[in-house]
Amino acid sequence: METESPFLPVLTLIIPSFVSLLILFTGKRRPNLREFWTLAGSFAMFFSVWSMLDSVLKGRSLEYHLAFIYPDLSFSLKVDVFGMIFALLSSFLWMVVSVYSIGYMRGLNEQNQTRFFFCFAIAILGAAGVALSGNLITLYMFYEILTLSTYPLVSHKENREAIKAGRKYLVYLIGSSVFILLAMGITYHLAGTLDFVPGGLFDRGDNNGVLRFLFLLFVIGFGVKAGIMPIHEWLPSAMVAPTPVSALLHAVAVVKAGVFCVLRVILYVFGPEMVVNLGIWFFFAFFVSLTVIFANIIAINQDNLKRRLAFSTINNLAIIILGATLLTPDAMKGAYLHMFFHGFMKITLFMCAGAIYVKTHKELISEMEGIGRQMPITMAAFTVGALGLFGIPPVCGFISKWYLCMGAAKTEGIIFLLVFLLSALLDGVYFIPIIYSAFFKEVKGGRSIKGEADLSIVIPIVTTGVFSLLLTFFPDFFFRVYTLSDMAVKIVRGG
Amino acid sequence: MITQHFPALIVVLPLMVSFIVFVVGIFRVRWCLPLVLTTLGLCVYFSVDMLYRVITEGSPIHYRLGGWEPPWGIEYVVDYLNGFVLVGISVISFFAGMYLKESIRDEALKSKMPQFYTLFLLQVTGLLGITVTGDVFNLYVLLEIASFSAYAIIAMGSRGADFAAFRYMIFGTMGACAYLLGVGYLYIATGSLNMGDLSMLLPKLYSSKTIIVGFVFLLSGIGIKMGMFPVHTWLPDSYSLAPPGVSVLLAPLFTKVGAYVLIRVMFTIFHPSFSTDIYPVTDTLSFIASIGVLFASVLALAQRDVRRMLCYLIVAEMGYIVFGVASANHYGLIGAIFHIVNDMFMMASLFIVAGVVFNETGTSDMDGFKGLHRKMPVTSFVLLIGAFSIVGVPPTCGFFSKWYLVLGMIEAGRYFSLTVLLISSLINAVLFFRLIEITYFEVKEEGAYKIGEKNTPFSFDNLSLYSLIPMVFYASMVILLGILSGTIVEHIIIYALPQAFKG
Repeated sequence: METESPFLPVLTLIIPSFVSLLILFTGKRRPNLREFWTLAGSFAMFFSVWSMLDSVLKGRSLEYHLAFIYPDLSFSLKVDVFGMIFALLSSFLWMVVSVYSIGYMRGLNEQNQTRFFFCFAIAILGAAGVALSGNLITLYMFYEILTLSTYPLVSHKENREAIKAGRKYLVYLIGSSVFILLAMGITYHLAGTLDFVPGGLFDRGDNNGVLRFLFLLFVIGFGVKAGIMPIHEWLPSAMVAPTPVSALLHAVAVVKAGVFCVLRVILYVFGPEMVVNLGIWFFFAFFVSLTVIFANIIAINQDNLKRRLAFSTINNLAIIILGATLLTPDAMKGAYLHMFFHGFMKITLFMCAGAIYVKTHKELISEMEGIGRQMPITMAAFTVGALGLFGIPPVCGFISKWYLCMGAAKTEGIIFLLVFLLSALLDGVYFIPIIYSAFFKEVKGGRSIKGEADLSIVIPIVTTGVFSLLLTFFPDFFFRVYTLSDMAVKIVRGG
Repeated sequence: MITQHFPALIVVLPLMVSFIVFVVGIFRVRWCLPLVLTTLGLCVYFSVDMLYRVITEGSPIHYRLGGWEPPWGIEYVVDYLNGFVLVGISVISFFAGMYLKESIRDEALKSKMPQFYTLFLLQVTGLLGITVTGDVFNLYVLLEIASFSAYAIIAMGSRGADFAAFRYMIFGTMGACAYLLGVGYLYIATGSLNMGDLSMLLPKLYSSKTIIVGFVFLLSGIGIKMGMFPVHTWLPDSYSLAPPGVSVLLAPLFTKVGAYVLIRVMFTIFHPSFSTDIYPVTDTLSFIASIGVLFASVLALAQRDVRRMLCYLIVAEMGYIVFGVASANHYGLIGAIFHIVNDMFMMASLFIVAGVVFNETGTSDMDGFKGLHRKMPVTSFVLLIGAFSIVGVPPTCGFFSKWYLVLGMIEAGRYFSLTVLLISSLINAVLFFRLIEITYFEVKEEGAYKIGEKNTPFSFDNLSLYSLIPMVFYASMVILLGILSGTIVEHIIIYALPQAFKG
């Protein structure tokens, strides 16, 4: 593999950090200029990520050393195929959500908007950093930045509930980071390096007991962010945050960063072979399957729309991890694709929930009867997202779930095929009633507010909805994500 | 050439000026501060120049006081280890000196500024001297200079400080006695007081009981002086009640200098194999430090007073350094040495924040931090950086030393201490995020949800430059040390390790 040392990965990270400073210094005196920075930054960042796509597709990896820590250890950025998928996802959706959050925050006349946009930009810096990290220690740094920058966003409303959610968020995430630190230490001690190597960096001769323990540490550490049960509790609580935060961070950037890290560990630190050798993959897959099923069962019971979506997120994150843990080419490809597609579908759903809140101040599903007649465009987009999540063909979720099922069918653990199917079924159980009551029931109380939310809220919703459809028919267009997943699978499997 | 006298000048100059400043203060109080700052600035220059020379020449600087040959005369030695620590001490004390005047609000004490400066400079003299000297008895003398000026200057603090200082004096004197006895035993056995000389003479005598007793006395003396658990009890009271400007100097430096002496005694005067194999104290040290770290962290959690909380944190941080020393391997010792300097700047930035808030609000209770980020954005931000560093968030420097400590402890197989370290960093996170929450969020009752944004004009905290510059400088050093950690480790700390750990 050729290696270049260009400026683009660094530029990608400089843009959001620079933008965050501009936001901070522009402040509330000139809100329009401040919002302009957010928009400009998000567009510039996506463009910067997108312009790296070409060389990644040609099989070149872009490397950049930021700072040395120890003669053989450094903070370094490395753009590889897998990281590219996540970077594309988070930077593209930042663009969409920037537009949305401006409409949302102004629509609700929220307090502390400068802090909000500042932390948002830093959080994206963290997410992009996680995607582009070249080794574990860099990953850890950006992972922490992501955690800390999201904390003020969770506590944004500054009422008791929000403060409590923020505390819970920190307890879970800072607590888990200690496990990562320890795991990194052990990894460095055993392997002498922290670089990501497709197929793993340990020797076969290393002590299996220690490696199993190490795997456990990593899973606890990164699994918190990925919402693996029973350490998922922070995620539903964090839904008190403003909707753009829930949409981008708690459906895409933060939790996907967790999933991304878990996959990095499974595929690039341990490597598929080692995971099979250690005999942990079946247990881990089984454990994750429990999350898949339970998250969905709990979701059925939630009346708060955002909480229901949160449990659906937990379910989908577990599906992605399960797919990668099955280690067959199809399942892995399905996992990569689902990581990307789920982002689009889930963000649509969250933005719809936010739009309903801005327009009608309704949060509970039981209050939303007939909402589809008032806000047809929003609910149409909602329907697209929901259908996608349970894998109905015209939406892109179908493709990823198809690959996941194919992959599961080819392993000895065919039971996981049932898990995927059951989860899709349960998805239907809790999404269809929402859609049904939105379109076919009468509005309660008679007072009906006709009309959609502000244009800056509707446009992003429609955009991601349309993309969710387009990605079904042309999974490879624009983002080239199909090719990327294909390449990522080949690299990990060494073929 | 004047440059060759720097090792002596760095001690002699502040010592001399400390008396001059007293005399000058009688006539013109205004001239004191420039004089003190010039002196401390020169110390910074001396220390930086010496470290630079050590790095470029690759060999330690030896300076013979009065031209006497080493085993008989006093020798000052600057190598990678103390050159690095010296820079930390002199830089911190320069900015602490700048802040000192601002921190004194009491009118009665304000009239005693010259006396303050005298004690302050004596304090700096002692700290720099302990670090630069290559003679165990001279070290004792300078240790006592530093300690006595500390007792006096702490007693000038707020209510109860005199009692705290008295208690500190009793503990400190016991520590000094133990250290002196240890020196005595070594002198009986070898007839030498020079560190380099001792390290040559001692290996033949390692089986001797005299040496072992001496070693134990040395360790316990240093342990008391550096505030190691369970003889740390003097520390929280005296540092939290001292005048704020004084705790900015004392709290970060005094204990760290003790840690430096610990490393010197264990790994320079004695061969590392003595404390690991022949008379294995490292296990015990590590165990005691583990208990101490747990204990101090839990007590820190129980404090409402921010300055007291920080004091207990110092005890915990000293435990971290002992972890590194007791690992007695390559990474562990890198971590310990790096943490000495990192912790200086972390603690300095936190103590100066606590001091500034104490002076502004009149209380160092956590409630004083309520809504601070609107009134004092810069101070709050410095608090944030210091807190991140203690918790260990990259790229602040606290992460890097913790990383090396973790590596060292894994290599040494000290899993109990490692667990304690990790638990303690969790407790630190709780401590500081509680404080950050108070500082940055204003909890509102349900329903009293404020709409829109408040308009408060941005100002630099209404602080004078004398407190603003030190604060910002300390905070930026916390980040800078983190970013440059690779360079520092590669070019300084690796060479500061004893031969046995270089690999």
